[in-house]
Amino acid sequence: MHEMSLAINIVEIACQTADQNGAVKINSIEVEVGKLAGVLEDSLSFCFKAAQNKTAAENAQLEIISIPGKGHCKTCNISFNTESFFTLCPNCKGISIEIIDGKDLKIRAINVD
Amino acid sequence: MCETCGCGNADEHAVIQKPNDPNYEHKHRDHDHDHNNTIEIQTDILAKNNLLAERNRGYFSAKNITALNLVSSPGSGKTTLLEKTIKQLKSNVPINVIEGDQQTMRDAERIDKTGVPVVQVNTGTGCHLDAHMIQHAIQELDPENKSILFIENVGNLVCPALFDLGEAMKIVIISVTEGEDKPQKYPHMFDASDICIINKIDLLPYVDFDMEKCKDFALQVNHKLKFFELSAKTGEGMNHWIKWLKQKP
Repeated sequence: MHEMSLAINIVEIACQTADQNGAVKINSIEVEVGKLAGVLEDSLSFCFKAAQNKTAAENAQLEIISIPGKGHCKTCNISFNTESFFTLCPNCKGISIEIIDGKDLKIRAINVD
Repeated sequence: MCETCGCGNADEHAVIQKPNDPNYEHKHRDHDHDHNNTIEIQTDILAKNNLLAERNRGYFSAKNITALNLVSSPGSGKTTLLEKTIKQLKSNVPINVIEGDQQTMRDAERIDKTGVPVVQVNTGTGCHLDAHMIQHAIQELDPENKSILFIENVGNLVCPALFDLGEAMKIVIISVTEGEDKPQKYPHMFDASDICIINKIDLLPYVDFDMEKCKDFALQVNHKLKFFELSAKTGEGMNHWIKWLKQKP
């Protein structure tokens, strides 16, 4: 259940940023979750509700933006979308794949009062 | 609803007005936000962990310590592998161990019997070690220069994949009793690792485990993976692993 650690981090970063900017209330938090980041969005939303309790983010909405996964075949030098690590190059069917996108977990922005 | 800005109840605002003021307009005295108050952050959610991990990495690098993060599901034989590895290696290289488990000192007590320094990290309900725990554990251990630090993570093939501890590499361990489809089922860990140890090969005659299929599955996830096939219990295949470790620090 690493989603709980992530949710706590999200709330911490949001509250710290709000505080530094003199805001007292966080309305929404926008996060990017890569499809290959190993995070269940439902679990993250669930954990966020527990983590936001009694913080400046208490009433904040968590907006999750999914970032699609992208692989790159080193043999063919082509990039392609993928939903899985378990993937072959769609062109040469080879395994020399680097995942180049979709592994990130990022907090993009917060909206505050 | 405040008609000027739609920001809540108009009654909440102080009304500021001169007598007979024809130009009266609703003013907001007690909140001065611009109703589009978005603050850009663009930070990794795990930034705090990653920063501490890099600090750990700097410490390891300066002291020429090779930190290896052993990850696997519970019961794959991590602790037995460590015990046997330490026995064969400790006369060549100084070794320190950090043991991670939710509860108990059992693994640390087992490692303690091999005679190398060890600390146990109990995560309570936590499903993984993080860089902060490692920072405190190495302060406690104070490992010598030019040594190997084994970090035995909490038995869990999912969560530890996400948390950088500052290690040189992750080593994923699976045992032949777990089935060859582990890399398909838990690809994140195989993607995050550099080495894959396939343990308990002494049991191959008794289980339906297709070694080549397992490696193919793992390579499809991570084509750079290097494999060691061994049995920590019987010692079969341990020599390749030990030889590789001797070249480390």
